[in-house]
Amino acid sequence: MPEIKVTPLGAGQDVGRSCILVSIAGKNVMLDCGMHMGYNDDRRFPDFSYITQNGRLTDFLDCVIISHFHLDHCGALPYFSEMVGYDGPIYMTHPTKAICPILLEDYRKITVDKKGETNFFTSQMIKDCMKKVVAVHLHQTVQVDDELEIKAYYAGHVLGAAMFQIKVGSESAVYTGDYNMTPDRHLGAAWIDKCRPNLLITESTYATTIRDSKRCRERDFLKKVHETVERGGKVLIPVFALGRAQELCILLETFWERMNLKAPIYFSTGLTEKANHYYKLFITWTNQKIRKTFVQRNMFEFKHIKAFDRAFADNPGPMVVFATPGMLHAGQSLQIFRKWAGNEKNMVIMPGYCVQGTVGHKILSGQRKLEMEGRQILEVKMQVEYMSFSAHADAKGIMQLVRQAEPDNVLLVHGEAKKMEFLKQKIEQEFHVNCYMPANGETVTLLTHPNIPVGISLGLLKREMALGLLPDAKRPKLMHGTLIMKDNNFRLVSSEQALKELGLAEHQLRFTCRVHIHDTRKEQETVLRVYSHLKSVLKAHSVQHLPDGSVMVESILIQATAHSEDPGTKVLLVSWTYQDEELGSYLTSLLKKGLPQAPS
Amino acid sequence: MGPYSLSGHPTLPCNVLKFKSTTIMLDCGLDMTSTLNFLPLPLVQSPRLSNLPGWALKDGNTFLDKELKECSGHVFVDSVPEFCLPETELIDLSTVDVILISNYHCMMALPYITEHTGFTGTVYATEPTVQIGRLLMEELVNFIERVPKAQSASLWKNKEVQRLLPAPLKDAVEVSTWRRCYTMQEVNSALSKIQLVGYSQKIELFGAVQVTPLSSGYALGSSNWIIQSHYEKVSYVSGSSLLTTHPQPMDQTSLKNSDVLILTGLTQIPTANPDGMVGEFCSNLALTVRNGGNVLIPCYPSGVIYDLLECLYQYIDSAGLSNVPFYFISPVANSSLEFAQIFAEWLCHNKQTKVYLPEPPFPHAELIQTNKLKHYPSIHGDFSNEFKQPCVVFTGHPSLRFGDVVHFMELWGKSSLNTVIFTEPDFSYLDALAPYQPLAMKCIYCPIDTRLNFIQVSKLLKEVQMRKLRPERRRDSHKVAQVPLHVVCPEQYTQPPPAQAHRMDLVIDCQPPAMSYRRAEVLALPFKRRYEKIEIMPELADSLVPLEIKPGISLATVSAVLHTKDNKHVLQSPPRPIQPPASKKRKRVSDDIPDCKLLKPLLSGSIPVDQFVQTLEKHGFSDVKVEDTAKGHIVLLQEAETLIQIEEDSTHIICDNDEMLRVRLRDLVLKFLQKF
Repeated sequence: MPEIKVTPLGAGQDVGRSCILVSIAGKNVMLDCGMHMGYNDDRRFPDFSYITQNGRLTDFLDCVIISHFHLDHCGALPYFSEMVGYDGPIYMTHPTKAICPILLEDYRKITVDKKGETNFFTSQMIKDCMKKVVAVHLHQTVQVDDELEIKAYYAGHVLGAAMFQIKVGSESAVYTGDYNMTPDRHLGAAWIDKCRPNLLITESTYATTIRDSKRCRERDFLKKVHETVERGGKVLIPVFALGRAQELCILLETFWERMNLKAPIYFSTGLTEKANHYYKLFITWTNQKIRKTFVQRNMFEFKHIKAFDRAFADNPGPMVVFATPGMLHAGQSLQIFRKWAGNEKNMVIMPGYCVQGTVGHKILSGQRKLEMEGRQILEVKMQVEYMSFSAHADAKGIMQLVRQAEPDNVLLVHGEAKKMEFLKQKIEQEFHVNCYMPANGETVTLLTHPNIPVGISLGLLKREMALGLLPDAKRPKLMHGTLIMKDNNFRLVSSEQALKELGLAEHQLRFTCRVHIHDTRKEQETVLRVYSHLKSVLKAHSVQHLPDGSVMVESILIQATAHSEDPGTKVLLVSWTYQDEELGSYLTSLLKKGLPQAPS
Repeated sequence: MGPYSLSGHPTLPCNVLKFKSTTIMLDCGLDMTSTLNFLPLPLVQSPRLSNLPGWALKDGNTFLDKELKECSGHVFVDSVPEFCLPETELIDLSTVDVILISNYHCMMALPYITEHTGFTGTVYATEPTVQIGRLLMEELVNFIERVPKAQSASLWKNKEVQRLLPAPLKDAVEVSTWRRCYTMQEVNSALSKIQLVGYSQKIELFGAVQVTPLSSGYALGSSNWIIQSHYEKVSYVSGSSLLTTHPQPMDQTSLKNSDVLILTGLTQIPTANPDGMVGEFCSNLALTVRNGGNVLIPCYPSGVIYDLLECLYQYIDSAGLSNVPFYFISPVANSSLEFAQIFAEWLCHNKQTKVYLPEPPFPHAELIQTNKLKHYPSIHGDFSNEFKQPCVVFTGHPSLRFGDVVHFMELWGKSSLNTVIFTEPDFSYLDALAPYQPLAMKCIYCPIDTRLNFIQVSKLLKEVQMRKLRPERRRDSHKVAQVPLHVVCPEQYTQPPPAQAHRMDLVIDCQPPAMSYRRAEVLALPFKRRYEKIEIMPELADSLVPLEIKPGISLATVSAVLHTKDNKHVLQSPPRPIQPPASKKRKRVSDDIPDCKLLKPLLSGSIPVDQFVQTLEKHGFSDVKVEDTAKGHIVLLQEAETLIQIEEDSTHIICDNDEMLRVRLRDLVLKFLQKF
């Protein structure tokens, strides 16, 4: 029985290190290749030895697909392809291909240059890895090989984020990556057609959350920033360089303009300018409104937002700083946080999800005394605010996507076990499909029942269709044909054609039964009696009285002859072919019962 | 199945194909050469044009002098210019299900079709095609609407009158169907019917046909289309290029295994080499400017202009032209330059790589930044204040009948220092210039047409014909390699151009010979559909019993229920017969009547008499006798008064009405036969 197997190496009942193995109709695909922000040891990368202990990964995987540029989805890619060794194709969208090497380089720098780690991937490895990447368009059907095809759908979330359909024959699975079902200030909403996959693998970050309207959150955010700035405080917004950052920049830029505010807004890394440039060049990936107006006013050219310099952090007076990375686990955002944490006038706004183990996660869970490197204790007096701006689908959105795609099965990844449990029940109740939530290293096996495609000769098909377009539910029409199987070529043709093609002659099998009935009249009259009797019984059949004195029921011939010895008995010869056997045998038994008395 | 040819213009095609009960329009080109018969629309009052003498018939009759004006021996219609639409009478266009657009030049007739024929279908095109197509339409509408012309001439169109006119007016076709330009409202409505598609996207039409756009290498977002079912494949090749300019290269491999290839949009200048033309363009431009003259380049607002700007970007410093201003004047100039930069995914590899840096893919961004290239919506406004001579002006329309170019022709035409360089191949430059004669200005003809030439076509056809064996498409498995590729093309491609009648190399050369069509003609495509895809449900498949008939060939008889929905066919196991509840009601006679539609299989094989007799004896028939006949044998079972005639391909059992006996004998016979 054909089956689909799924094993998460990362993101199984967890957020971070997304990496899911899927086997479908004998093809093996790896979905995402991320790193875990919460770990600094071996656990930060997926355990690729699971795929094979002693062979080359290239021999085991038909392709790798990266859903978007966030490091928890692509951070392990150079390690996987260059250090473990994989030379097969890696698929991602154009924006992802453009941006992901920059984030990888950033990540490498922080790890090697700042933390001083050795045995990490090098800049050259990132370059070599990217050479293996094949960029895909939205909705393009990419033929990985003769059987395996993949197709990308728009996912919102971040620039270039995509959901992927993997298809072999009539079996298919969809992997959502991270997605967002509501358009935001710079991106559109995820969309998929009713592709009815055997399996939908969906993220479930906000499995239990139903978020209020985006407008409210935006108003809240602006109010908090405004209040802090008004009282002379500093606002730190840890972000990842690409994604939420642009959305919040657009938000603040328009607010500053409208309110005529003067407090400076900074964007920390040198990446800003560049990042905004990517948004300008890939504007076709943003939302409708931005795309429509970009010739007149490019939303990614900011007037109020300036580049940040490290020295500015000590400047007196209010300011707003966007700093990377977004979970306060390293880099500039953490440095600024340490500087500003002690002052209660200041505020840090966490606009996205933080994985366990990061400073971001700690302060969000209420911790106010943090142990920093060198056993130093940092006391957090500044206000800590959390605002969910991460562009993930909430529970409603996930349900909506399931409804759109109409899968046979759902599998949850990229979420916390407890929350998944809740969503799993909801999905099973509402859609009556199986829902799975494997942990890392745990395999889910699904049986599939694919139809078998064959070619049917048009002659046969048209003959069948001509018999009636509306099949009667009570008496379904049977079609009959011969399936010719040669090599891997299956063709269904009429039996006559099959015989002809194979150079075989038809063998006709005919039966003729003698039915004796008592009748003293002449043969012609007997025949007439037979005719009228059959005519009255067989209303739905063609019954004919032929000029040569015989009766024809469909293609069954009935003749009457005199009995050689008994003049009071007539012999009916009923003759039919094997193909008419049911009717022939029915007629003989009917005639055997005798003819009704003729009206005198 | 067509194609029904609705356009006579080989590079602005409009064909309709009926394929598996789906009606597909391929492109929607608008023949604008009709406008060459009209007087130019000047932006600024032109005394010269308004004082042209009216035209009089040979006999001195002047009843047409309001409509027709004469200029240097040519006669022009003094009216709002009109376009030659695709044929609308040949086929009911409201039955068109979809329109496939191959590039932005081939969609200019779209508003006429979608807004005025009862069309209710969907149009498919790539995003760059739609965006740039919109710009072209917007420019066209703007050019025509901003010079309102009171006069709309119609007298000359009268058949009796037209006959009396000088050529080319006399020979213009179907002038009665010529129409004025559409409005922006119609453009917007037409474009709202377009659904965006990406290269290699498989689009299902009604479950019966799949269409797929492929990169054609000619322009931003330009596509060829595959129209296929599971067993037939038609390729529509329109406006393709193998040269490396800015667009993504042409996808040739996906055209393989086509049964029919419809070929349109080849180069209009088969004898000119585009690279050479670009060189000539640059040197003529430099020469004129160095001598203090101005250069006018009539052009479309998108397409080759991007490549020309790129060439100039590399050329101006070395040619000492750094201080010469370049102007691009079009109502859509800014949009066109901006749009070019955002379609990274539709560009050639080199340009894509730039975007990854991230840098704008086209260097015109830098030309604009450094003020070397300036763009204006029209000659009015800022341009008139900032404009310095000598300069280079890119502006439309290439027909020289409307747009800002008309003004520059009037302004610069009198001086031999100035040069007009024709790069667009759509209009004959001599015809374009006719209403401006006499001219002192230099005219250089450097047509740049990157579309396929005949040498490239024959290479392409060979490539496409190299069939990859695809098992599922095999019909007569051993004949695969010989299945021919049928080429269908406009008649212009099957004979050399009239001006070069001896050039037999300027035709499509293929075997079997190309089938050609002309405007308002219907062709029959030369293939017959023989197979259709059907799916067998797994439980039915499991119940099949394959029997190996010949080595490698197995057969299985299938009796199943056919379900057809949305043009998809599925075979399901027949339902188990429902046992009628025996206790209820007395059965009616008719309940027993078998349904004759329940087909039994055919039989094949022959019955070896000796073995058959042995079998009979084994089954208890003791008095078997065999008689030879001319064609076979007769087996007699005396006691049962039964005789069985056995011949090579028939068996006849003649017996008394003893159903048990008959069935026993039948089963023994069937043992020797195969069922189909």
